Amino acid sequence: MSVRVQQAAFDLGAETEAFANAQADMGAVVTFTGIVRDLPGVGLDRMVIEHYPGMTEKALEKIEQDARDRWSLGDVLIIHRYGALAPNERIMMVATASKHRKDAFESAEFLMDYLKSRAPFWKKEFTGASADWVAAKDEDEAALTRW
Amino acid sequence: MDVLYFAWVRERIGIPKEKVDTNATTVAELVDELRAREERYAAAFADLSALRVAVDQELTDFDAPLAGAREVAFFPPMTGG
Repeated sequence: MSVRVQQAAFDLGAETEAFANAQADMGAVVTFTGIVRDLPGVGLDRMVIEHYPGMTEKALEKIEQDARDRWSLGDVLIIHRYGALAPNERIMMVATASKHRKDAFESAEFLMDYLKSRAPFWKKEFTGASADWVAAKDEDEAALTRW
Repeated sequence: MDVLYFAWVRERIGIPKEKVDTNATTVAELVDELRAREERYAAAFADLSALRVAVDQELTDFDAPLAGAREVAFFPPMTGG
């Protein structure tokens, strides 16, 4: 069980390396990384991520446990940042380990689908001219029905 | 109980958290009490389909009971990841 909610940047390479090194009897590691996307033609100044301390950690731990109940997994790592982030900064990552790749791939997708609409984070995009909360997408909610 | 607001709900109401003395037995009753307070609350709670609620840090529905609840939070649909 490894869930980290933090303001500080993380080193994707070092986290992935350390995660893979810890898997003695696992044959597969899948990682996903979310990056702050610039707004083409507009220019994103920064993204500010708000969260609900306490509930965030509980929600992420529950999502991880739900994944463990469905797939045979080794370690799972979820890192999610909050605060102000510049374009191209890493927002979050998940890593899953399993004996074979299918469980690692599927559980990583499951974690991402649930993390998108069940973990209490909210994103606000600041440009030179405006500041807008990112709206949840219907397809993100719909994505949950496939599991 | 503590009532928390996040994202644009927090901005619209103007505070992140407050103590509320209430006899409401459900989330919906609490929402009605808040709406009746001031325009900024009425505006924030105008469309419940645009809101989500958590009671004691568990996502729930607007008809959820409040018996024993210590913390209620209102916020828009989440945008993690």
